[in-house]
Amino acid sequence: MTDLTKLTIAQAKKGLKNKDFSAVELVDAYAAKMNEGRKYNAYVCETVEQARELAKRSQAKIDAGEGGNLEGIPLGIKDLFCTKGIATTACSEFLKGFVPPYESTVSAKLLAAGASFLGKLNLDEFAMGGSNETSAFGPVINPWSKDVPLVAGGSSGGSAAAVAAGMCAAATGTDTGGSIRQPSSYCGVTGIKPTYGRCSRYGIIAFASSLDQAGPIAKDVRDCAIMLNSMAGYDAKDSTSVKIDVPDFEKFLGEDIKGMKIGIPKEYMVDGMDSELSAYWNKAAEMLKSRGAELVEISLPHTKYALAAYYIIAPAEASANLARYDGLRYGNRVEGDTLDEMYINSRTAGFGKEVKRRIMVGTYVLSAGYYDAYYVKAQKVRRLIRNDFMNAFEKCDVILTPTAPVVAFPIGDKSMQENPITMWLNDIFTVSVSLAGLPAMSLPIGLNNGGLPLGMQIIGKAFDEASVFKTAFALEKDANFKGMR
Amino acid sequence: MAIDKETVKKVAFLSRLKIEEDKIEATEREFNKILQWIEQLSEVNTDGVEPLVSVNDCSLQMRQDIVNDGNLAEQVLANAPMKEYGYFGVPKVVE
Amino acid sequence: MSGMILKGETCDWEIVCGLEIHCQIISQSKIFSGASTHYGSDINENVSFVDAGMPGMLPVLNEECVRQAIKTGLGLNAKINKHSVFSRKNYFYADLPQGYQITQFEYPLVGEGCVQIDLEDGSKKGIGIERIHIEQDTGKSIHDISPTKTFLDFNRAGVGLMEIVTKPDFRSPEEAGAFLRKLRTIVRYLGTCDGNMDEGSMRCDASVSIRPVGSDELRPRAEIKNVNSVKFVMQAIEFEAKRQMKIYESGGEVEQQTRLFDQLSGETRFMRSKEFAHDYRYFPEPDLLPLDLEDGFIEAIKAEMVELPDAKQERFVKDMGLTPYDASVLTEDRETAEWFEKAAKGHDAKKVANWMMGDFFAMLNEKKIALQDSPISPENLGKLVELVTSNVINGKTAKDVFAIMVETGDNPEKIVEEKGLKQVTDTGAIEKIIDDVIASNPANVEAYKAGKTALMGWFVGQVMKASQGKANPGVVNKILQQKLV
Repeated sequence: MTDLTKLTIAQAKKGLKNKDFSAVELVDAYAAKMNEGRKYNAYVCETVEQARELAKRSQAKIDAGEGGNLEGIPLGIKDLFCTKGIATTACSEFLKGFVPPYESTVSAKLLAAGASFLGKLNLDEFAMGGSNETSAFGPVINPWSKDVPLVAGGSSGGSAAAVAAGMCAAATGTDTGGSIRQPSSYCGVTGIKPTYGRCSRYGIIAFASSLDQAGPIAKDVRDCAIMLNSMAGYDAKDSTSVKIDVPDFEKFLGEDIKGMKIGIPKEYMVDGMDSELSAYWNKAAEMLKSRGAELVEISLPHTKYALAAYYIIAPAEASANLARYDGLRYGNRVEGDTLDEMYINSRTAGFGKEVKRRIMVGTYVLSAGYYDAYYVKAQKVRRLIRNDFMNAFEKCDVILTPTAPVVAFPIGDKSMQENPITMWLNDIFTVSVSLAGLPAMSLPIGLNNGGLPLGMQIIGKAFDEASVFKTAFALEKDANFKGMR
Repeated sequence: MAIDKETVKKVAFLSRLKIEEDKIEATEREFNKILQWIEQLSEVNTDGVEPLVSVNDCSLQMRQDIVNDGNLAEQVLANAPMKEYGYFGVPKVVE
Repeated sequence: MSGMILKGETCDWEIVCGLEIHCQIISQSKIFSGASTHYGSDINENVSFVDAGMPGMLPVLNEECVRQAIKTGLGLNAKINKHSVFSRKNYFYADLPQGYQITQFEYPLVGEGCVQIDLEDGSKKGIGIERIHIEQDTGKSIHDISPTKTFLDFNRAGVGLMEIVTKPDFRSPEEAGAFLRKLRTIVRYLGTCDGNMDEGSMRCDASVSIRPVGSDELRPRAEIKNVNSVKFVMQAIEFEAKRQMKIYESGGEVEQQTRLFDQLSGETRFMRSKEFAHDYRYFPEPDLLPLDLEDGFIEAIKAEMVELPDAKQERFVKDMGLTPYDASVLTEDRETAEWFEKAAKGHDAKKVANWMMGDFFAMLNEKKIALQDSPISPENLGKLVELVTSNVINGKTAKDVFAIMVETGDNPEKIVEEKGLKQVTDTGAIEKIIDDVIASNPANVEAYKAGKTALMGWFVGQVMKASQGKANPGVVNKILQQKLV
């Protein structure tokens, strides 16, 4: 019998329908992989038993010729999504033991589509980080690691690693400045951050509200489309979710890309870019060209300033979003003689270094006397960055860039540890897209000399995930990336 | 805009975080490094640019005035570190 | 001149005072959640996960709260801003679950307005409204259950508030008191707030400074927090003004600070100085988009506006012939005004007003019952007045009928009919009684004819008595005068 964990969702759906195997067998296959892959530290909470129960129910539906879009498909859920009755921690010491009495809209939609959850996936604490090293449960180890353990990227490192190692059919992720795309790139999997407002944020533990967006990480482009079909949609409980029709993303796959204009931003050809990376970028562009797409040079002049703007806006919002963690109603509590002492003790003990750093930066940039110089300035720059994209999209349909400037690096890397900014610079190709709220997908293009995957990013216009999907699908075919082993 | 130890302490208190005395200097250094890096934004001419608050162009949707939530006291209190008589508890607050 | 002048030794001082009033909005559900606003429910019963600031929960704006605030704004002749923005006001406190209050800062829903207040000397004064913004209320801290702990009930957390900010236009405690009463009348008329200061549904902060008469400077002010009755607000302002005068007169400087009012002593006491003022770090609430209202939305509210006390008063004077004093008494609250209008409909309004403010109010007072529990319906009071004005009964009989109405609640027409109380206007019958009276009192007839005309009253009395009070006194008078010549 074939390894069921190698199947894509599309293939598994077919197999279930044809009775090649049962939904419970599928769960068991993934459960076995989870056991094997425990060394990757991808899961922080396993719920295989519940998944098996759900699989039984799904099987009954499948047998009856019923069932949803993801009936019987076992998924992993980033531990930033609140799951009713299942511990949800944001991988923070502060929330260890917190059991939400409610379900996030996105995970509820996946359940309604027939999916089961194998467990909760590791991430950087409160999604703040680019390497999964800030997790209170320790770093995720990239399944592509050879001699030294490498990071899986972040913040959705557990999600990317679990998909790469076949420990779930697909996973949910969230992306604030690159948290779906960058770990997808490091782990050789495919992930899409849809347009801001496409998926409900209800029940997702907030990092930076104006940037956070949920999306899938999956084995290939088609699976991303299948997943997003079930995740997206307007939700009255999230005032920033957008009332706009969700098309069937799967139907755009295989559409001809002939005549499409592919933007290549000149500002992304940064000095000292890794030569292999730039070669792959050229190669990807040529692949699209050979299918009849037209390459257009575009300019995104404010790219350079995106990171600085992001590292004002995101921490500012985070400083307020994380004020609710005060030890009063849930989470970590360290007593004190006064209310303030209790707050200080609880928060100091409950939050890790990077989270504290960002809370303090955010608090500072909002404080009296600095608000205009930092926060308002950053929001103005944010508009300029968005305008850049709007101008660029006058000339092209999608934009092709690398996802990250580097491949996965060793856990505990000195230069990253010593200077937080070095780590932050890894988001250079992803943050401006987040600031503009646009959809973007990362898909693996190939391996570098060291045998580590590299990702390409395809950016689309707001709510035009369709163009992103069809371009990515074409590129995926030509890149013919094989995945692990 | 460089910041000093006092500001670090003030920001820490506003954030309700404690920084050990021996870590304050390092925090101050790191903070200044970050602020210096952020400072590059001043190169950008933003005259006449409207700050972007939300990438959504739509207007806020409102809900009807219907009571359809609440009556969840048990669940609301379920994760509370200290609860008594149906209340949440904290150390005595002197007003 | 309603300003209060403080006579100092160095100079005369005047008060400069502004008010900030928090009014709880009348709505079924909270401003950002679907939990009930009902007062007096079980502990933490009206709390949703949103109100409790649980991780991942998001606010959704209640349209009714917006409508109510706009209605109030229109009632205060204020500008309605079609574009307004919600902000987060960041501070840690036990009664604030999110660690920030969602409020409006730079762009409030309602802008400048003006309210006329009526002063005791009969003069009027315009008080400027600076703005009205909407925000969420906090929970309640309970300090008196345990000696070592404070307990929290979040039933009130998230109830909608309107914060009404006036310009510093008050020059005396009397003006501030008149304004608060006027504001209370207006919000009650509109049904936007119940205006009960003792229950905390209307709470007032006063900011007070003084300056030498004739100067237009603004000196450092004291903000007095949470004063919970009109009387206390007036006391607090007076105490504070005198305290500041003492400081200036003895060569000191007043510091900007926040003070608390002590109900028992009638004094204000120090709470915190300016240096310890909170740094609220306001920034636009990323979980809510800006609120952009359409003209139609505001127009629909305008169309629903009820007639306010000022307009009613004017109409009562102009169209119904009431004195300004009567009009102001009868418009003090909407129920009284509406009761009066029902009673006066089709009848002599001035006479109805006299009855209402005389015997009727006296009866309610004596019986200690509220207007809506009155045994007499407005229609029946109107009929009673009509019976008098159309000469069916005389004034004296009317008082007797009124007494019966209080007991039975009956229609006065029925009472008059059943008890045979109709006054006698038949001149033949009256003439006969008069003839009898004249015949049996020759001495008094002589005296009258000799010039003792004051006896006319005695004759009328005798005739009325003989008719058992039913004779029309006007007719009696007329015939007597003819017969006694």
